[in-house]
Amino acid sequence: MKTIGLTAIVAASVTLLSTSASFAVTEISWWHAMTGANNEVVETLAKEFNESQSDYKVVPVFKGTYPETLNAGIAAFRARQAPDIIQVFDAGTGVMMAAEKAIKPVADILSMGGESFDKSKYLGGIVSYYSKPDGTMLSFPYNSSSPILYYNKDAFQKAGLDVNNPPKTWTEVWDAAKKIKTSGAAACGYTSTWLTWIQTENFAAWNNQQWGTNENGIAALDVELKINTPVFVKHFDEIAALAKDGTFKYGGRTAEAKNLFLSGECAMLTESSGGLGDMVKSGMNFGTGQLPYEAGIEGAPQNTIPGGASLWVFGGKDDEKYKGVAAFFEFLSQTPIQSRLHQVSGYLPVTMAAYEETKKSGFYEKNPGREIPIQQMMGKAPTANSKGVRLANLPQVRDILNEEYEKMLAGQQTAQQALDNAVQRGNAAIKQALGK
Amino acid sequence: MSPRVTFPNKLLPYLLVAPQLAITLVFFYWPASQAIYQSTLREDPFGLDSAFVGIDNFRRVLADPNYVNSIQVTVIFSIATAVLAMAVAMFLAVMADKVVRGKGFYRTLMIWPYAVAPAIAGMLWLFMFNPSMGTFAYMLRSAGIYWDPLLNGPQAMFLVIVAAAWKQISYNFLFFVAGLQAIPKTLVEAAAIDGAGETKRFWTIIFPLLAPTTFFLLVINTTYAFFDTFGIIHAVTGGGPGKATETLVYKVYNDGFVNLILGESAAQSVILMVIVIALTAIQFRYVEKKVHYG
Repeated sequence: MKTIGLTAIVAASVTLLSTSASFAVTEISWWHAMTGANNEVVETLAKEFNESQSDYKVVPVFKGTYPETLNAGIAAFRARQAPDIIQVFDAGTGVMMAAEKAIKPVADILSMGGESFDKSKYLGGIVSYYSKPDGTMLSFPYNSSSPILYYNKDAFQKAGLDVNNPPKTWTEVWDAAKKIKTSGAAACGYTSTWLTWIQTENFAAWNNQQWGTNENGIAALDVELKINTPVFVKHFDEIAALAKDGTFKYGGRTAEAKNLFLSGECAMLTESSGGLGDMVKSGMNFGTGQLPYEAGIEGAPQNTIPGGASLWVFGGKDDEKYKGVAAFFEFLSQTPIQSRLHQVSGYLPVTMAAYEETKKSGFYEKNPGREIPIQQMMGKAPTANSKGVRLANLPQVRDILNEEYEKMLAGQQTAQQALDNAVQRGNAAIKQALGK
Repeated sequence: MSPRVTFPNKLLPYLLVAPQLAITLVFFYWPASQAIYQSTLREDPFGLDSAFVGIDNFRRVLADPNYVNSIQVTVIFSIATAVLAMAVAMFLAVMADKVVRGKGFYRTLMIWPYAVAPAIAGMLWLFMFNPSMGTFAYMLRSAGIYWDPLLNGPQAMFLVIVAAAWKQISYNFLFFVAGLQAIPKTLVEAAAIDGAGETKRFWTIIFPLLAPTTFFLLVINTTYAFFDTFGIIHAVTGGGPGKATETLVYKVYNDGFVNLILGESAAQSVILMVIVIALTAIQFRYVEKKVHYG
């Protein structure tokens, strides 16, 4: 009897110990907006991290589109149920920065992980976009991308264009688009996703033009838009003119135009480098080139600005959680993980080491064009016009721009009127968002 | 006069209405009071700083030309949707009433679309009329019509109205069929014997006798067009192009959840609440007087 009793006690205490051990695992919630192939990447990363150690468990939760995820995070914060990590898209960066009391800077967290945080390990252009004016890194760059040119090689061939030499300037793009249209190689020559991010924000940076005051909001959120200067007016005038006969075709406010390219209707497309996965999957015969620039402008092309999303950490959690987050971010920064992320998704690597490693492996020789987004962003040291774009209400201002662009493309107003209205309405909205 | 039903127990009637009251309190009065409270505040998205601003949010909303635009859009959209949904449903119901064989089969088919979620209905229509791959868009183009709801405001409006009306036709159909069955066949037959043609019979007998149903559906359809069409607009146009299809409800969502201007969004929802209460009151007070109930 006694021995049985003893065994029972031992067994019970073992069970108790093991349960208390499983209690010690700190769960870290990660809200994200990744769908399809990119969602699989998120799941794999969490799984690999959880298997690599036993103290923390990252639990990814899909929360809808980028804006929906941001809203879910904000609502949860207001209800004191905020997740630990949340993925916020580029346009939401200013929203998060304006809420300093709600978040914990990633720089603080990474130094809590034990290892000293070395900012120089990360790609400068990306890190500076997610940092405060004083240089404190606020969020962890997860998926960064840059807009590039995609072109349909079959259509180029039919139109008698050089298949291995995509247009480099906007004038060349317009000429090629017209040729494609008139030769009947495709129903439409050129289309673009994100007229705001690509044709306005990146257009400004790439051509070294001012988008708004205060270094486009990077130095301070009190911004006046400057996008109705002649360079912008000329660019949109040209787009509006091509839209009249369908040489340029509008697809929608975000990434819808990608389908116009994939269906073969439009032969050229400017889109995020993160859209590469879908192009490859479609099996279409396409090529990539760098984002076109405006010829005859001094300093153009300058550098592009990052898009995509970063990971933010909410404030008010206990240190144990933050240590776990730090461990997870360290894990994500590892060179093999970053190189794989970059090669699979078309997003940029976050660390210099991952970039070097990918280069050394010969990946870029085998996949020409994949280095373009990195070169675009890193080619030159950024100027005051090309560090990025930041507003406390960038999603709202982008919507205002979209509305004015749509009216312009429908022929209801000229490019000058559209941009004047956009500046006026945008400035009013920015003032209001800052409570002025 | 029917005798008035009374409860001997003083407590029982209150107990019986308690669940209903509780639901109304939790799902209407509580959120409504929250909206009123929020509408007097100016707050950052995270709720870190908030300031009481009185009726300032209302002043801003009403002075905003985009709000006036969205009122116009809502009026056009609601009237067109309600009229289209009810007219088509009434026509179909009157026709289905004449079918002798397979009546049940026809009716079931007619009711099906009601089971489709608004967002799905939106996607369905968006697909059919998508400028680059939609079947109907292709047909329109070959007919020489330049179809581009992505940029053409009236075309986008047309698309959301048709999608919204289509989804409501089944519901209206159901009620019209029931209403038609309540009309004594003898009346219609007597009129026929007196030599009244089909059109005459419809307008002088069937239509007036359907009035209670029509009135009920008018209230329901207006509320539907105001509130339940959010999913369709969200899926089909997202309020665009420009602000051509931004209804009041869509603007509440857009300002509150996309632009994160919570105070003004709340003020708009309070205004919306007042509009709907007023609309329903007017409908019951004036339109109902002209309706014959049996």
